[in-house]
Amino acid sequence: MEPAEHVGVKAGRPSAPRALSEHPAVRWTLIGAALAFLSLFLFVPLAAVFVNAFQKGAAAYVQSISEPDARAAIRLTLLIAGIAVPLNMVFGLAAAWAITKFEFAGKNVLITLIDLPFSVSPVVSGLIYVLLFGLQGLLGPWLKEHDVKIIFALPGMLLATIFVTCPFVARELIPLMQAQGSEEEEAAVTLGANGWQTFRRVSLPKIRWGLLYGVVLCNARAMGEFGAVSVVSGHIRGLTTTIPLYVEILYNEYQFAASFAVASLLTFLAVATLVVKSLIEWRTESSAP
Amino acid sequence: MALRRHRPVPGFSLTMGFTLTYLSLIVLLPLAGMVVKTAGLSWGEFARTITDPRVIASYRLSFGASFVGALVNAVFGLLVAWVLVRYRFPGRKLVDVLVDLPFALPTAVAGISLTTIYSENGWIGRWLQLAGIRAAFTPLGVVIALTFVGLPFVVRTVQPVLEDLDLEVEEAASSLGAGRWQVFRRILLPAVLPSLVTGSTLAFARAVGEYGSVVFISGNMPMRTEIAPLLIITKLEQYDYAGATAIAVVMLAASFVLLLAINGLQQWSRRSTWA
Repeated sequence: MEPAEHVGVKAGRPSAPRALSEHPAVRWTLIGAALAFLSLFLFVPLAAVFVNAFQKGAAAYVQSISEPDARAAIRLTLLIAGIAVPLNMVFGLAAAWAITKFEFAGKNVLITLIDLPFSVSPVVSGLIYVLLFGLQGLLGPWLKEHDVKIIFALPGMLLATIFVTCPFVARELIPLMQAQGSEEEEAAVTLGANGWQTFRRVSLPKIRWGLLYGVVLCNARAMGEFGAVSVVSGHIRGLTTTIPLYVEILYNEYQFAASFAVASLLTFLAVATLVVKSLIEWRTESSAP
Repeated sequence: MALRRHRPVPGFSLTMGFTLTYLSLIVLLPLAGMVVKTAGLSWGEFARTITDPRVIASYRLSFGASFVGALVNAVFGLLVAWVLVRYRFPGRKLVDVLVDLPFALPTAVAGISLTTIYSENGWIGRWLQLAGIRAAFTPLGVVIALTFVGLPFVVRTVQPVLEDLDLEVEEAASSLGAGRWQVFRRILLPAVLPSLVTGSTLAFARAVGEYGSVVFISGNMPMRTEIAPLLIITKLEQYDYAGATAIAVVMLAASFVLLLAINGLQQWSRRSTWA
């Protein structure tokens, strides 16, 4: 049970003024309506992934996710996330450090620019790279001459993924580091620590949960991105097909059970992401004064 | 150097240099490239593309269905936030965690799952069918997918505001004789309105550009269930780069306008919570 002062009037406990709580019938009707809405849009779709994934039995499930094409898709997804997430982590740390430790003109513009990829349609995010590096793109003729392939190949998919996921870490860290201030870092520097030591010994321990949070969200999106990657991938089976693109291919071939089986891998990832997210939130809430 | 103002913490040039270089290479240069490409289109070509009936129909669907989805989320998102903050019921914590699912679940997975349950013989679709309603492969299906992707935005912007509301105001109102409904309309609703509008706008902005969760359930019929992002891909596949760019520029302009609107709304929310 939660302590009474936290629940207070909200729980409609007997000592609470009656006027501040709805009649139980109203309360349960509202709860029911909210749960019905969430069932239609969240719970049922979530359950449907697993039910459909196992509709042909566990053997078919294992078979679907261990096909050579499935394995290639998993490898490619891990490779892309393995490069994009660390890069965006370094970017997030650098951006948050520059923005929260120093004063400079145009800070708000910079913050807006970092957020920009979140407001661009995934399809447009992919398209900008096609217009730059594609055959008819600005650099297309030059790339062709030098035999460099970016679009319909790994580099393009990587760029599109980095674009779409670059705000995540920075966005978690900036408000956190702003709230924490720089006094401790300033003290460390005054005591003779260099920049790297200050970051490692003073800042990193303070922001590690926020950092982990950003990295987890960044990773979930990097592995699950569909629209942007779809535009630049060329859909070459076993070669430029990530897990979400492979899900689409199977679905369009009416291999529904296999499609859902592969999709369930991403769903496990999503559920794990939510669990880690809740654990971190719970941790930071309980350690807060 | 003059910008550093008494801050002894080092690392400004390194982190700022890296941030600007990275941002330029990944975000700014490609976006600038698109502007250059657009400038290469003739005005007539551009106007012809974006006034093509099929393109207009796709804009109408993308913006219209996003708007309806945002409205649904405004109503039910407020309800969910209210229930999560004010009531205690079994499974509340789990529900609270699951609200973020649309943020974490890849859009393609959401797309195939929603299509399966809302199609004619799906778990929910068959009941809708009995009522004479077709969901999958109609504009309603597009609305369903866009409601899904926007769902967490309203809940997560309204929830903290509801948590911070001062109960004393409600107490005072009710001791002065206000009924529960009056308290809701006169006190609660005005207090959460800025966050409600902000959250709905975020949901709308997200929905306008959405692709993955929609393409499966919409059926992609030109003029009827074809969203604008899909039309961009179709043009690309036909090597009509100019057409794809023209449609995309309009989408990008809409994103910028929405981004500005959201920034303004967030300032409004902040001001009204301080007041």
